[in-house]
Amino acid sequence: MYQYNDFDQAFVRGRVKEFRGQVERRLSGALTEEEFKPLRLKNGLYLQLHAYMLRVAIPYGTLDSRQMRGLADIAERWDKGYGHFTTRQNVQFNWPRLADVPDILDALADVSMHAIQTSGNCIRNVTADHFAAAADDEIEDPRQTAELLRQWSTDHPEFQYLPRKFKIAVTGSQNDRAVTRAHDIGIRALQDSDGRHGYEILIGGGLGRTPMLGQVVRSFLPKEHLLPYIEAILRVYNLYGRRDNKYKARIKILLHETGLTLLQNQIETEFQACQSRFSGIDSELRQHIEQAFAPPSFVAVPHDQFDIRMTGDSAFSEWFKTNTAKHRDNHHAILTISLKPVGGTPGDATSSQMRVIADLAEQFGYNEIRISHEQNIILPHLPLGHLPQVYDRLRDAQLETANVGLLSDIIACPGMDYCALATARSIPVAQEISQRFDTLRLERKIGPIKIKISGCINACGHHHVGDIGILGLDRAGVENYQITLGGDASEKARIGKRAGPGFSFDDLIPALERLLEAYLELRLMPEETFGDCHRRLGSEPFQRALYPADVQQAA
Amino acid sequence: MSRREQFWVITSNHLIEGDAIWLNNSGDWTRKLGEAKLFDDRDSAETALMTADKERHIHVGAYLAAARPGRDQKPEPQHVREQIRTTGPSNYFHGKQATASDVSV
Repeated sequence: MYQYNDFDQAFVRGRVKEFRGQVERRLSGALTEEEFKPLRLKNGLYLQLHAYMLRVAIPYGTLDSRQMRGLADIAERWDKGYGHFTTRQNVQFNWPRLADVPDILDALADVSMHAIQTSGNCIRNVTADHFAAAADDEIEDPRQTAELLRQWSTDHPEFQYLPRKFKIAVTGSQNDRAVTRAHDIGIRALQDSDGRHGYEILIGGGLGRTPMLGQVVRSFLPKEHLLPYIEAILRVYNLYGRRDNKYKARIKILLHETGLTLLQNQIETEFQACQSRFSGIDSELRQHIEQAFAPPSFVAVPHDQFDIRMTGDSAFSEWFKTNTAKHRDNHHAILTISLKPVGGTPGDATSSQMRVIADLAEQFGYNEIRISHEQNIILPHLPLGHLPQVYDRLRDAQLETANVGLLSDIIACPGMDYCALATARSIPVAQEISQRFDTLRLERKIGPIKIKISGCINACGHHHVGDIGILGLDRAGVENYQITLGGDASEKARIGKRAGPGFSFDDLIPALERLLEAYLELRLMPEETFGDCHRRLGSEPFQRALYPADVQQAA
Repeated sequence: MSRREQFWVITSNHLIEGDAIWLNNSGDWTRKLGEAKLFDDRDSAETALMTADKERHIHVGAYLAAARPGRDQKPEPQHVREQIRTTGPSNYFHGKQATASDVSV
């Protein structure tokens, strides 16, 4: 894993010191809110409905045990004993006091973490596949690329005042677990026919009020050209991106208005100019970074206990089948720890749960932890032989929910319970869905399905790319929920389509019940997932279930 | 409720804690909506808002929120968003619903 060098340490400490002075001046009245707001946003500090919210970056979703314990300590000392892991692989603290934030940032710096560029119109935390370096389908570790981009983009003087925020995601695998087509820039590692490593570069993806999928702007970019090419994209965007209307300021709108060919030409011209400014230092840096991401030496441990539990303990074997993925080493597994207990808040972990996970990673998992954009925590390298102990300790910490990829593994933004932008609540919707379908005992019968909930049009809950997307809106002061169908976040990315009129909070769960009962009737066989069934039949039969004539007449 | 019967409160967020606060009858801030001054005409509410908005070392982002007179004519929120600001989140017993009622601004 990449470790901060002296430069990184000094930079982060310097920023904390600077922000401490800014907070002092704000508290004394020397700075107005208008002056202070852009400064606090530069440091990830928002003001929400009940309190400030501090968004801490977890670069490419990777952290170690020491860092996880640092987060646990902060949650306990300055917050309410929990952290909220987000769809951008960040963690948010919902209750810090303004006067405490500089101390929190110092505590983060103690464990090589920060909140820089987690807000504002700059290049945000670069996200990556949460199974990096563990998945057996990987061409290369995407975190090397993400770390190079992190170093290049952090405090980049030219890109601190972009027309709008800018999000980059990297995948090292053809199976896209990083939703690259929904990012301003999506980067996919490739190997050409000669075995050379490079990238496919996509631009102009994004969800929000105008959902669009990224388009390929370069089908093969040699690896060594990455930074000049990305810099060229940013320069073109910085120059031509619209600043007159914040709703039209993302690069997706520039792409839409300019057209791919012309924008491509502008980027290529800029790229020629940029290349000369990169003298090769980025290649040296990359070599250093690649060494930092050398995978651990995987050591197999005897798995007699694992074999016994797999045959004799149905809860354990169910958990193993649902929550683990194939590791590149046959004696290891990738474990996803679900942060979606029935009736719980998606993405929340208490300080004591964070410490349990830190201990398990340290003791059994080569000290590596990942956060997924699906708001779960991953132990990427676990020897099979240790899984029984890991399971037992997770169970003691209420972290053994076996639902990864299933109906209750819901993505949900904080919604109107916390967020100042939200128009409806998301969390209680997720809670009610998981409780209702737990009561019905239908989750396993329904099988793999992605439900994603956003509490406003900004789409932090990725509702456009859920098999079932739920968008909470405000209709004259009352929450109203629209359903979209047929979205897909994978390499086959697709934007879902709105099914019809919205539902009230109380009518939403019965509507979802009708929808999923219809799916069970419509599918050809249990293996046909909701997404496949929808692709085969389209929305119409599902719309009939959502809006049956008798319900419409009663309404 | 017709437009003529519209009522308003002045609300903001506290600078240090960040929590919801409301302007009361004596022109001070309170952490309880029930103690807020209920305005029955928009003009006087907007005038009071302009005065309140000058105290920016105490609070952040004051605005008018629609309210209605409830029990004992005390203001109650009209919008679900303001309801949540008054109590706290619905997923945990945190925020105003959990804090002692006599915490002053």
